[in-house]
Amino acid sequence: MKTARRKTEPVREFRGQALRWEWCDGVVELTLDHAPLNEIGTPMLGELEKFAAALSGLAAITSACIITSARPGGFCAGADLKELYYSALPLSPQKRAAGIRKFIGRIHGVANAIDAAPIVTIAAVHGLCMGGGLELALLCDLIVADKMARFGFPELRLGLIPGFGGIPRMRRDVGNSFIRDLLFTGRTVKAEAAQQAGLVTHLAGEGYALQVARSMALQITKFDAETRAAAKKFIKPIPRKELREEIALFCKLFDRPAVMDSLKRFVETEDPLKHLPVAPKS
Amino acid sequence: MRSIEQTTQEILQLAAQQFKLPAGSLAPGDDFYKKLGIDSLQALEMLSRLENHFKIELPDYEVQGVSDFRTLAERIQARL
Repeated sequence: MKTARRKTEPVREFRGQALRWEWCDGVVELTLDHAPLNEIGTPMLGELEKFAAALSGLAAITSACIITSARPGGFCAGADLKELYYSALPLSPQKRAAGIRKFIGRIHGVANAIDAAPIVTIAAVHGLCMGGGLELALLCDLIVADKMARFGFPELRLGLIPGFGGIPRMRRDVGNSFIRDLLFTGRTVKAEAAQQAGLVTHLAGEGYALQVARSMALQITKFDAETRAAAKKFIKPIPRKELREEIALFCKLFDRPAVMDSLKRFVETEDPLKHLPVAPKS
Repeated sequence: MRSIEQTTQEILQLAAQQFKLPAGSLAPGDDFYKKLGIDSLQALEMLSRLENHFKIELPDYEVQGVSDFRTLAERIQARL
């Protein structure tokens, strides 16, 4: 007997502990809201997976998705390094390595689903957008940045490279010299410099990134969905080979004991610019 | 071109505005981390305001370890 395939009902609204989303008139707004600054750890990842799963059901009725943050300090500070350090601490090196591979695999599953979604995705960024937070913004087709926003890849301070797909995805839009500057100096750049480099699509006045993103989303809803999806697939392919290479390199670097030492220094530092390398205690 | 004294005064005014302090309540030699009670987010916000005001790029590693307005002004002056 044939069984009819059940169509996935779109999940138009969700309220979790780390994020929420709401659908209205063809636009879904995903709002990150996890104190202190939307760090990507187990709670955030679990709910991002829920969103990624919901995207397939939403795509048929959706033109655009805005990813934004309700936290006053910014968009996202990146991976939850405290959780990472304290959960890895009691584990053997082998179990640590296995754990990080599993986590990275899950985050890449989410990233690829958002990156490839047949709708237009817009990151509305204010404040801090660092590390994994920048990698989250890079999944989006367009980035609208508050003029006070700052972007950076501080991973080298820990003896790591970005592990959520940041380098291959940024290379789609931005020159290598800009990426090397971010990586090798660990500095953060203001929104205007990020726009000049090609990372940011539109600059918004202070406090207006979401409003500007909503205006863009409204314009996007006017175009034919099939054409839009085809154009996106053509212009923004997922760099799968480079992503696999990045995962392999990240995991190789993570296996070194120096990374746990760096994580410990980061967790314990009181340096106000702690995204920059912290000197070992003498 | 601004003199170092002008740059310092503009920084003091900007910091007073950002942290809603009375004009003239900050001095060039003040430790801004202690005086303003700045955390890491506020430090970066102040950096953005300074960069936007002076229309420069000031890499944060150049101000890592800097804690007084006078030295901050010197770092900015070097980028003007």
